Amino acid sequence: MNVARGTALAVIGAVALAACGSSASTARDDGGATITVSAAASLGDAFSEIADRFERTHPGSSIRLNVGSSAQLAAQIEQGAPADVVATADEVTMDRLVRAGDVADDPQLFAENTLVIVTRPGNPQHIGALADLADVDTVALCVAVAPCGRYADQVLDRAGVSVPSDRITRGADARATLAAVTQNDAGAAIVYVTDALVAAHAVSTVSIPAPDNEVARYPIAIVRRTDEVGTARAFVTFVRGPVGQAILVDHGFLVS
Amino acid sequence: MTRRVRRPPALPLVLAGGALIVLLLPLLGLLTRAPWSDLWASVTSEDAVRALRLSIVTSLWATFLAVLLGVPLAWVLARVDFPGRSLVRALTLLPLVLPPVVGGVALLSAFGGRGLLGGPLDDWFGIQLTFSTPAVVLAETFVAMPFLVITVEAALRSMDRRYEDAAATLGAGRATVFRRVTMPLVAPALAAGAALAWARALGEFGATITFAGNVEGETRTAPLAVYLLLDHDPTAAVALSLVLLAVCVVVLIALRGRWLGLR
Repeated sequence: MNVARGTALAVIGAVALAACGSSASTARDDGGATITVSAAASLGDAFSEIADRFERTHPGSSIRLNVGSSAQLAAQIEQGAPADVVATADEVTMDRLVRAGDVADDPQLFAENTLVIVTRPGNPQHIGALADLADVDTVALCVAVAPCGRYADQVLDRAGVSVPSDRITRGADARATLAAVTQNDAGAAIVYVTDALVAAHAVSTVSIPAPDNEVARYPIAIVRRTDEVGTARAFVTFVRGPVGQAILVDHGFLVS
Repeated sequence: MTRRVRRPPALPLVLAGGALIVLLLPLLGLLTRAPWSDLWASVTSEDAVRALRLSIVTSLWATFLAVLLGVPLAWVLARVDFPGRSLVRALTLLPLVLPPVVGGVALLSAFGGRGLLGGPLDDWFGIQLTFSTPAVVLAETFVAMPFLVITVEAALRSMDRRYEDAAATLGAGRATVFRRVTMPLVAPALAAGAALAWARALGEFGATITFAGNVEGETRTAPLAVYLLLDHDPTAAVALSLVLLAVCVVVLIALRGRWLGLR
């Protein structure tokens, strides 16, 4: 009998916790519009700054920032996660959400990123252009299924440079690819300009001229199931407005 | 009591040394990269403290739920004969082999806003688990509970049932037998299983980031914070990982000494 009573108490406790957890977050909703913004990991720092500025200029509103890979964010939204705005690092993932009817408006492009060659500090192998990558011991690129890997392959292809496949190491995402150089496992890598900026203390950069380079475009959209269309729209406008764009430029993104 | 081997033969010693190299060399590597000088500043930053606290609270809840629900499941699997029992037992252990990110997608399709159970929960009660702290607890329970079930079930199956029979013969009811005879006999296994489950919950990453998201203060546990820090502050990431390891080691050593009666 005692065991049963103890178990019942424990269950009540667990349910109470779950209730507390959810009531705590709904309580915040009542104070003003709280929206959840899902942003690709590479946008994390810039968006956390943009969210702070948005909250200051829009009293009563509050931003919950959820960061992850673009694919994870899309999977969450496809399964009905309570996100209000989503910003991905590539148009392919966003198109998937558009086709499934999960995002409301036509996605808006708000930032661009280009590729750059990073080398060990001081560029000891004297890499001056894409063509020099053919002679580097190990070159790190993103996996071909990741946007950064797709772009890097296109860039090398367009410049007519072929790096033997046994001298290419593929990182799961941009940060893993960059880490191959900072950890001394690779002599050079092709990553986004924004990644290179973050790791400026640990790598040297060699720019890729515009005709050869690829431009990654970042789209943002309002999730169709949002209850806070007004605040969601205001946030999208803010990201694309002068303050949001200036913050993105600070973090190495290109804006038009 | 175990009999001590007086002169251990060479082969097991060499192989055991190999095991230690595989297990401990990566940890040693982490230690050599640790930013000892600004370790304290890294782990006492507001973000790090919040992530660590969230990790500890959610992993303890996950362990509690794993014990609450896992012990009865282990008992049913060990003692109740029903058709398809070995299938159920195998299915229970699936989270052990499932890549955690896939586990996260599976949790989304069960408890997400359009999930099998998440859909009705949202429609009828307006409860949304995704991006909430209870979702973290759920993800951690999902990956951690099998460790508890497998450990406790093995103990229940291998224990000498004559003690239970004797207690029953002496007039003890089923609940009394369970509480006074069965549970004390499997207590060491329960403690070991709970410790394993807790450690697994504390380190959980893939299922959490996929199912619960990565929202600061609500679902950003220490492993998720480490993932973000790796990008722009690798030394802080190493520092936070070390604290997580230290917490785990201290607790596991303390538990082994106190509850398991081992040194």
